[in-house]
Amino acid sequence: MSRPILECQGISKRFGGFTALDTVAVEVAEGERLGLIGPNGSGKTTLINCISGALPCDGGRILFQGEDVTRIAGYRRTRLGIARSFQIPKPFRSMSVLENVAIPLEYAGRGGGDVADEAREILRTMGMDGLADSNAGSLTQIELRKLELARAMAARPALLISDEAMAGLSGNEVDEILDILMRVNAGGVAIIMIEHIMRAVMRFSERVVVLDAGRKIAEGAPEAIQSNPDVERAYLGE
Amino acid sequence: MFTADLLLNAVVAGVLLGGFYAAAAIGLTIAFGQLDVVNIAHPAFIVSGSFCAYFLNDAYGIDPILVGVLLTPVYFAVGVALYSVYYTSFERHGEESLRGLAFFFGIMFIVEVLLIMSFGVDYRLVDTAYIGESIKLGFIGLPYRLLVPFAVSLAMAGAIYLFLSRTFTGRAILAVSQDRLALRLMGADPVRVKQVAFGLALATTAVAGALLIVIGPVEPSIGRLYIGRVFAIVVLGGMTSISGTIVAALILGVVESLVGTLYGPSWAPAVAFGFLLVTLAVRPAGLFGR
Amino acid sequence: MRGLWFWAVAVLLVVGGTLGTRALDNDFFFYAGYVVLQFVVLATAWNILGGFTGYVNFGSAAFFAVGAYTAIALDKALSLPLPALILAAGAASGLIGLGTGYLTLRLRGIFFAISTLALAVVLETLVINWDYVGGATGSYIIPPDEVFFFDNFVEALFSLMLLLAVAAVAVARWITRSRIGRGLAAIRDDELAAECMGVPTLKLKLISTTISGAMMGIAGAPYPFYVTYVDPASAFNLFYAVNAIAMPMIGGTTSWLGPVIGALLLGSLQQWATVSISSELNLLLVGVMLVAFVILAPQGIVGLARRFLDGRRRL
Repeated sequence: MSRPILECQGISKRFGGFTALDTVAVEVAEGERLGLIGPNGSGKTTLINCISGALPCDGGRILFQGEDVTRIAGYRRTRLGIARSFQIPKPFRSMSVLENVAIPLEYAGRGGGDVADEAREILRTMGMDGLADSNAGSLTQIELRKLELARAMAARPALLISDEAMAGLSGNEVDEILDILMRVNAGGVAIIMIEHIMRAVMRFSERVVVLDAGRKIAEGAPEAIQSNPDVERAYLGE
Repeated sequence: MFTADLLLNAVVAGVLLGGFYAAAAIGLTIAFGQLDVVNIAHPAFIVSGSFCAYFLNDAYGIDPILVGVLLTPVYFAVGVALYSVYYTSFERHGEESLRGLAFFFGIMFIVEVLLIMSFGVDYRLVDTAYIGESIKLGFIGLPYRLLVPFAVSLAMAGAIYLFLSRTFTGRAILAVSQDRLALRLMGADPVRVKQVAFGLALATTAVAGALLIVIGPVEPSIGRLYIGRVFAIVVLGGMTSISGTIVAALILGVVESLVGTLYGPSWAPAVAFGFLLVTLAVRPAGLFGR
Repeated sequence: MRGLWFWAVAVLLVVGGTLGTRALDNDFFFYAGYVVLQFVVLATAWNILGGFTGYVNFGSAAFFAVGAYTAIALDKALSLPLPALILAAGAASGLIGLGTGYLTLRLRGIFFAISTLALAVVLETLVINWDYVGGATGSYIIPPDEVFFFDNFVEALFSLMLLLAVAAVAVARWITRSRIGRGLAAIRDDELAAECMGVPTLKLKLISTTISGAMMGIAGAPYPFYVTYVDPASAFNLFYAVNAIAMPMIGGTTSWLGPVIGALLLGSLQQWATVSISSELNLLLVGVMLVAFVILAPQGIVGLARRFLDGRRRL
């Protein structure tokens, strides 16, 4: 296997007296589909906040494409190729959907062509080109989730982190998002998927990492994880 | 030259003044630290409390501190009303930042101008039996005009501390700053609780205002000097902690007093802002924050 | 507004206004007009950081006063011509904006806002203790008797401020239509999301504070020549801070037009009010209008106009 695109070595993060992450080590290969699961409060979102640069970590190193990005500002990491979507969508409410997508294109997308055209193309792949001129604040939940993914894709990432993009959606909508992510991955983008919807994670992932109370407790193929007693215990309690 | 007793007196005066600063800041610990409402008009309300005390003392001879205490229900009601407007217009929509700040800035301005229109720009002071007298412990002087507010401030801070930690409403206030859902499950309405909390915060300004005018003369725009102080104290004290506020206030009082003695009084307000900037840069959680 | 229209109107205003000074003899118009135009610059400057970027500056008076006192100090020391004083004032205020921003923009917006208040207090104390520019007692500036082309110096200042106002609005407009402006809007809407989208939030915020501060300093540079007597109490007056906030919030914060409308409306109202009612009542009205608009019409006059026009279009 070639060098991993992302290496998290011994990541630790504390909030006052509370340890959110305790020497977590995760690797992602190029083009890999990694599922990241764990009960609520296990540190999944904190981990991706550390990876994306939204939070500084208290210990450990993060290597992206071989480069040490631990101390690099968030916006630079995005430009290097790490993109993320937010669990609770954070659209730019004063702008249209098209303008929302244009921001990461302009600032991180490294494209050479016309920004508006490229933005429309991205929306087309999400099935959202009809909404291009609508105000971002007026979208429905699934549309907001798709906008999150569209913006992440506009940054032309090598690694996309999807944070519970399917939470609260209907069965059909879950499949819609799953299709989008599969298509994105087919284009060569590695994806870390954080989800609670087990059927989606297990179908999607090549490999699964399980966190509990800030520690990695299991890692392996989806089938192995599903029958792992430690994982069952973490979710259901003793 | 700076003799030992000059400096010691400065420290003592600083401690006494710091006690008052705690009374001034404690309302903001509740409003800003616990409720996250950026009420920069807080010092302006304190000054309004000073003028109420002045007016009733001048017209009817009532002791100013008594006036402050008697006016707390009025200020409480104003606080509830003010928070209701703030909540309906801004917090509910999640647009607190720019508009909320502008709102309270406008309120601060309105309060100050109303005071100027009612009382003019001159300094006002009150006169009571104890102002002007002082206790002498060796070479240390304890003027009553500082000692009495110090005592009242600590009493008020203690009362609020007990209220927040012992009563149901008080604990609900502490809870609402941390976990609204848990509060709902407890059967309390978060908005109601916040209204009470903000009302309490504003009620403290009535007493703090009275103490202020006992300490020294007051003019309408003096509140601006206190904005830096109260925010510095709340941040240094760890935002939500009452005991933190008291300690931070005492520290600020002493440092300010020493700086004022050594470098001149016009630099005293800058001390507070300096504290604030340094705290935010070095340890944003403050001394007692989590 | 299409680019051509904007520049046509801009040039027309400046040329027309300058030539118009010869036609009009009523000096009161120029005295009042200068103040209103000065507020156009201040409101536009404030809005670059406030409305465009989402960070509130409570200390506009500080930047304005720095501009005024830089002009006084350099005029006294080197007798530089007014354009040079304006540039120096802009540089000084811009630097202070940069410095304040660098120290506080990593923190929450509220702490930046309070720092701007702190700045005003600290700077005022510094100026009070600075005897070279007159300290607390202030200093006098003697404007020249004769001025090229204009009947008197006030008319010249009026034309100058007209030019500065148009320039300020042009800069604001340029920002809104540029990549920087889009980045600032993203920061305003959701700073965390913007950072994750590749927007260099700290860098852009610093650019915003610097431009905003510099503009306010530029507005302050001719002030000593206008009033001929400057003291810290008047230069650092809260009046400037309130108006700098009220005018954009009343006019509308999301476009360059809002501060202009707010300044023209509120500024003219105040000029009329100072001769009819007491100055305190005047100030009270500003405060009340600010609070009223913030609660009832948060998008300002521009927002109200947009909704009205949208409503008509649907009919």
